[in-house]
Amino acid sequence: MKRGRTGNRRSSPFVQPELMAWMRALGPYRWASVCLRAWGMTGRAAVTSVPYLWLLLFFLVPFLIVLKISVSDIRLGMPPYEPLITWVSAQVVEFRLNLANYAFLWEDALYRHAYLNSLLTAGVSTLLCLLIGYPMAYGIARAKPSWRNLLLLLVMLPFWTSFLLRVYAWIGILKNNGLINNLLLAIGVIDEPIVMLQTDFAVYLGIVYSYLPFMVLPLYTAIEKLDLSLLEAAADLGCRPVRAFLAITVPLTMTGIVAGCMLVFIPAVGEFVIPALLGGPDSLMIGRVLWEEFFNNRDWPVASSVAIAMLLLLVIPIMILQRVQGQQMWAHR
Amino acid sequence: MNQRRSFFVLTMMTFGFAFLYIPILSLIVYSFNESRLVTVWAGFSTKWYVALLHNEAVINAAKLSLKIAALNATGATILGTLAGLALARFGRFRGRSLLTGMATAPLVMPEVITGLSLLLLFVAMEQAFGWPAGRGFTTITIAHITFSMAYVTVVVQSRLSTLDESLEEAAMDLGARPAKVFFLITLPIILPAILAGWLLAFTLSWDDLVITSFVSGPGSSTLPILIFSKVRLGVSPDINALATILVLIVATGIVTAGIYMQRQQKRRDRDMQQALADNL
Repeated sequence: MKRGRTGNRRSSPFVQPELMAWMRALGPYRWASVCLRAWGMTGRAAVTSVPYLWLLLFFLVPFLIVLKISVSDIRLGMPPYEPLITWVSAQVVEFRLNLANYAFLWEDALYRHAYLNSLLTAGVSTLLCLLIGYPMAYGIARAKPSWRNLLLLLVMLPFWTSFLLRVYAWIGILKNNGLINNLLLAIGVIDEPIVMLQTDFAVYLGIVYSYLPFMVLPLYTAIEKLDLSLLEAAADLGCRPVRAFLAITVPLTMTGIVAGCMLVFIPAVGEFVIPALLGGPDSLMIGRVLWEEFFNNRDWPVASSVAIAMLLLLVIPIMILQRVQGQQMWAHR
Repeated sequence: MNQRRSFFVLTMMTFGFAFLYIPILSLIVYSFNESRLVTVWAGFSTKWYVALLHNEAVINAAKLSLKIAALNATGATILGTLAGLALARFGRFRGRSLLTGMATAPLVMPEVITGLSLLLLFVAMEQAFGWPAGRGFTTITIAHITFSMAYVTVVVQSRLSTLDESLEEAAMDLGARPAKVFFLITLPIILPAILAGWLLAFTLSWDDLVITSFVSGPGSSTLPILIFSKVRLGVSPDINALATILVLIVATGIVTAGIYMQRQQKRRDRDMQQALADNL
């Protein structure tokens, strides 16, 4: 077994001598480590602190700012919001908390509609993705091993090509003089074009199309691990295939199902590009509302409170996803 | 397997793959269309490709996107590898759960929220310290690094967690310092994962529209921003030509990488078998 490992090294012979030379050239590295230690910092702390500080500054702090602006007043000028804390005099600090933005989101029918519509659209699309993705993942996992990698590659390939251009492709297919309508008119099935673009149907289609790979991959991982002898045992005991599928396959691949659904549902709720390009004026989704509030109305406080509200909506799905992924990590070990 | 079920699965698979690939194929086919009306066929022509190559705005946007994507991929790979290393190898340390949360949250965060929050940060920073002055190349790169390093972290962390720690321990036992162990043992082994992370970060940055729109300023339109503003006005054949070029580049890259990795895998298997045979 040990010699198997040395065999590994042969496959990349150039890497190590080169790195050795680098290390020698990096003589100051030793100085750096001495200096760090003098400051009371270990190498580990140094390694951890770089990404840590980056994420604190560019990920956590921005959230606090969004939270802050979501409770401030709008004003004219740059930046277009009032400060929360103002020094009235040297001793008196004025602290203004404005919850009116949230009240506005709650009372305005437009926002409630956008909220519910986002949930509905994301939910329906996730379900459709599952219905298409499960048989695909099942087929790939049960294909011959030599085919499996190719099929997986074919599922992944669209994911690597531009998302925007793939959504754009559907405009050409769905529009009134597009591919589908031309085809149906030519065959004579319909007399006048069916309106498909700028409808909710187009939005569902776009989301299912864009997020299908996210559904197939976790499902594939779960189905591939499934022990086939369990199904054989069930069949030997007289269980019908459908029942065996429901009683054995589905429960045992549940982590894959949940992970796939969450991976589709969460980004779909906040989706902006697909409703903007394929949807009509009334297919409002919360991501699009945020965008328009920010870019068209330039109302930063309301846009911030829409962001916070969207995040609250997604807290539970994100927690479910993280728990499921933790379980999958465990299973891999 | 049950004959009827296998037929059903096969049908669904055919349907699924057709669903994934017909839109891409239609993009490619209509990019060679003579007519300006994209979906009415009027004969074969490559004139849209010629027009594209003479379009200054598209070329400039592509150059800017390439620059940002390369810089972003490098930065995200360094930061993501460090984070992945810390999460996979350093055991329990103070603030570990916060780092885990921050490192994986951008994966599921809706892009509009990430974009908005980063823009608000940049505006606040500019007010407070005068940096970054205005928005453009710098702010876009920082924003891209922030969301794409999460992907690198996950790739590197999962590779490290499947890797046997005994090699590293052996090197330590023989007196190598931690940094030397990393550069001589760990890095060469996880190099494929790091490369995959770099490519992923590059693609994510190259494709990103939503976050870029928030943090970009006037005069810094990347390729996706340009495409989006064109697409909003309707379908146009030069976009099809552009899409075809991009799809072909990606497909060639992926297929080459796939073949290369399969060869590596085969060679590794052969080495392993050879070693086993030698030992017996």
